[in-house]
Amino acid sequence: MTIEAVEIQHVEISAEGLSFRALNEAIRDAVRDGATDIVLTDVLGHRYIGTGITAPGVTIHIHGVPGEDLAAFADGPRIVVHNNAQDGVGNTMNDGRIEVHGKAGDVVGYGMRGGRIYVKSDVGYRVGIHMKGFKEKQPLIVTGGCAGNFYGEYMAGGCQILLGIGRKEGAPIVGSYCATGMHGGIMYIRGEIDPWRLGKEVKTFSLDASDREFLRPILEDFATTFEITETIGDFDHFTKIAPVSTRPYGRLYVY
Amino acid sequence: MNSSRQHHFVRRPHDEKDMSACGIIGFINRDGSRVNGAPIRAAIANMRLRGNGLGGGFAAYGIYPERADAYALHLMYDDDNAAAETEQLLRSRLEIEHAEPIPVRPTKTVTDHPDFKRYFVHVKDAVATDPDEYMVRLVMEINAAIDGAYVVSSGKNMGAFKGVGFPEDLADFFGLEDYAAYIWTAHNRFPTNTPGWWGGAHPFTILDWSIVHNGEISSYGTNRRYLESFGYHCTLQTDTEVVAYIFDLLVRRHGLSFEEAAMVMSPPLWSEIDLGGDMAETARKLRMVYGAASLNGPFAFLFGFSGGLIGLNDRVKLRPLVVAEKDDTVFMSSEESAIRVISPDLDSLTYPVAGQPVIVRTYNTSPTNAVAQKEVAA
Repeated sequence: MTIEAVEIQHVEISAEGLSFRALNEAIRDAVRDGATDIVLTDVLGHRYIGTGITAPGVTIHIHGVPGEDLAAFADGPRIVVHNNAQDGVGNTMNDGRIEVHGKAGDVVGYGMRGGRIYVKSDVGYRVGIHMKGFKEKQPLIVTGGCAGNFYGEYMAGGCQILLGIGRKEGAPIVGSYCATGMHGGIMYIRGEIDPWRLGKEVKTFSLDASDREFLRPILEDFATTFEITETIGDFDHFTKIAPVSTRPYGRLYVY
Repeated sequence: MNSSRQHHFVRRPHDEKDMSACGIIGFINRDGSRVNGAPIRAAIANMRLRGNGLGGGFAAYGIYPERADAYALHLMYDDDNAAAETEQLLRSRLEIEHAEPIPVRPTKTVTDHPDFKRYFVHVKDAVATDPDEYMVRLVMEINAAIDGAYVVSSGKNMGAFKGVGFPEDLADFFGLEDYAAYIWTAHNRFPTNTPGWWGGAHPFTILDWSIVHNGEISSYGTNRRYLESFGYHCTLQTDTEVVAYIFDLLVRRHGLSFEEAAMVMSPPLWSEIDLGGDMAETARKLRMVYGAASLNGPFAFLFGFSGGLIGLNDRVKLRPLVVAEKDDTVFMSSEESAIRVISPDLDSLTYPVAGQPVIVRTYNTSPTNAVAQKEVAA
C-alpha cells in the first residue's frame, strides 16, 4: 500500500444570504469534490457547521460568528473559528479539532467522546458536561480564559484544562458547582479554587511528574495555535481535580 | 390556562418537529438618539430559526415625543363591539387627547388579524392622586371585563407591537421603519404550553414596563395567585405576563430597586446565601417576604422601561443571553450573531452571570418618566 501525497484543494464559500442548510450542503458538496481547505466568509449564526464531514484531512476556516451547535457530532474535520463562537460548540463531538480564536458560549463539548476543542478566551456555563472517555477515545477541551458555573458537571471521562489567561483581579477562574457529579476523567485548573465551588465527588491534588509530562505538549500546542507568549506551563500553580469514586451514586437506590 | 373566554386569531402549532426556542434581542442608545425599526427587524430575523411563526413582537421607547405626556394606549380588538365597548369606557374614565387606528399593512404571511387602535389619554384631575395606579387598574379592567379587547401597551412615549407571525413579518405589518426609538426590544416566539394567539405574543407590558422572554415560568400558578391578591388579573394566557406585573408591583408599588427586584425573581440558592457575604441578609429577607414572586423555571428576559434596559437570567442560566457594547449602544441578545447584524464591530462582549441583572440606563433619564422620578426621590 502506498500513501499518495494529498493535494490541498482550496475552496471559498460566502455564507451571505444562505440558510444553514444551503451552507452545509455547499460545504459537503465541496468536500465530495475533493476540497480539503474550505474558507467560509460572511458567516452569521449559521448552525451545525462541520457536522457530517467525515473525509480525512479537511480544514474549515470560519470568518464571522458561527451559529449554535458548531461541529455537532463532528467526526474528523479541523475547524478554525476566527471570531467568537456561540452555544453548543462540539456537541457530542466524536473526533477532530476545533480552534476558537475568541470566546465560546455555554455548553461547549456536551457529551463529547473524542477529539479536541481549544478556546482562546473565556467560555460560558456548563462546559464539558457529560464528557466521556473509553480506551483511546479521550476527548480534550482546553480553555484559555475563565469558565462559568457547572464546569465539567457529570464528567465521566476525558480531560479539561482551564488556564485563566486575562482573568480580572479578584474574579474566580471558574464558577460554582464545578465538577459536580464528576465520576471519571480529569481536570487541570491553573489557579486555586474555593473549595465550596467544587462538587462533593472530587478531590484536589497538586501535579505529579506524569501530570506535567501529559500537560507539556498540550500547552505547547495550545500556545502555538493562538500565538500565546505568556508562560502557561507554570505547573506549581495548577490544581488537579479528580473524582474520588467511579460510582458516586452506586448506593443511591440500592443500599 | 384556565380562561373560559374564547380568543379569536388563535393558531395551533403544527405537527412538524421544530428545533426552536424563543429568541430575544434588544438595544438601548444611552445617549437617547433614536433609530427606526429596520435594525431591530434585521437582527431578530437573523434568529428566525428560534421561533416557528406563532408569535413575534417589539417594544419601542421614544416613539411618541409629540405626545410624551399622555399615556399611549395600544388596543387590540377582535371585533367592532369590543372597540365600541372599550371606547365608551375610555371616554367615561379618561381625557382622550387623540385617537387613531394604528396603521397596519397586511403582508403575504400576516393576513388574518385583529384591529389595532391607539389612544393618547390623560387621567382626569379628580382621580389623579396616583395616575399610574389608576391606569393599571383600568388596563386590568379592560383585559378582564371586555370580551375581545386587550391592552397591548399603556406607557408614555412608548408602545408595543405584536401578533402571530414571524417577527420580521410583523415589523412589516406594523411598518416599524416609520417609528424611531432609543430602546428597541424584539421577540421571536416558539410557544410552549400555551397557544399562539395575538394577545399571547411578547412583549407583555404594563405602564412603560415591557418584557420579552425566552423560557418557561413554571411558577406561573403561584405568581398569578400572588398577583391577584394585589389586584392584577392575568388574562393573556402566557406565563410571561406575570413577570411584567411582578416588576410593576415590586418596583413601582413597593419601591424596591431593580437589583432587589431581580433578586426576588431570580433568588440565590439557600446554599449560596448560607455562604454569607454582603448581600446574604438582603437575599434572605427578600426570599422570605417575596417567595411567591420568585420565578421558577428557565428564563432569559429583557425588561424595558423609559429609563433603561435590563437583562436577567434564571439563577442557573438555562437560557442564553449575551451582552455587548458599541459606543453609546448596549445590546442584549440570545445570540451574538444577531447583534453583529446591527453592529459588526463591538467594543466588548460578555456573558452575564446567572441571576445577576445587567442594568443599563440612559445617560439622561427623561424627567417626564414616573419611574425615573421615583428613583431620584428614593
